[in-house]
Amino acid sequence: MKRRVFLKGTLASSAVAVAVGAGILNPRQVLAAWPKSAFEAKSMQEALNGALGSELTEPSDAIQIKAPDIAENGAVVPVTVSTSLSNAESISILADGNPTPLAASFMLAANTAGSVSTRIKMGKTSNVVAVVKSGGKLYSARKEVKVTIGGCGG
Amino acid sequence: MAKGTIKMKTSLNGNVCNVKALIKHKMETGQRKDAKTGKVIPAHFIQELSCTHNGKSVLNANWGTAVSANPYLSFEFTGAKAGDKVVLSWTDNKGESDSHEVTVG
Repeated sequence: MKRRVFLKGTLASSAVAVAVGAGILNPRQVLAAWPKSAFEAKSMQEALNGALGSELTEPSDAIQIKAPDIAENGAVVPVTVSTSLSNAESISILADGNPTPLAASFMLAANTAGSVSTRIKMGKTSNVVAVVKSGGKLYSARKEVKVTIGGCGG
Repeated sequence: MAKGTIKMKTSLNGNVCNVKALIKHKMETGQRKDAKTGKVIPAHFIQELSCTHNGKSVLNANWGTAVSANPYLSFEFTGAKAGDKVVLSWTDNKGESDSHEVTVG
């Protein structure tokens, strides 16, 4: 079983190599081929190091997080992250109270706007943290979302 | 290969293309237990997602188990015109995948 997983892994990476050769993906994006350690990391620091190579982020007003103040259903929390930073290379979304904080990383092409919307799961009340990579530096913003598990509203 | 799991809409405003997609996937975290058997339900979630515009990558995403079931995604890119092709594809941790193409405009 282990061996199969391994084979699958090598097949996937060779497909990526072919894609690079064909110029479909640029190398910067390929570096981010599913970072298992980052997604399995239990702390924010490990997750950031694994996904973005550094845990040092600079708080920035140029990142906006749109998420509800109170989420009645932690399984579906709509989150929109937008940034006015120029040349945003990637946007990562983390929830610091989750067992594994990293939820998603989006790698943006040069012509892609610095804004993504998605929906994430949150185990409990915590901060949604957005980390934007721009010009090789990491910028972050956070917003607290209260999760009411009983579903009584709030 | 999974089929028909992606619903995607594009809308064009000038040369800005807005992409909205909804994917049917249970996004199992691997932390829930089956109420009857008490066994942990194995993780099953989308790991990689990519979107191309006329064959050129506009967005790549790595997802973890914390993305909600039946994931929603929306983003915008510039340089689009009517008739362009936008393709969205995903691969999950069990090697299943799906891909869907829409024509802009």
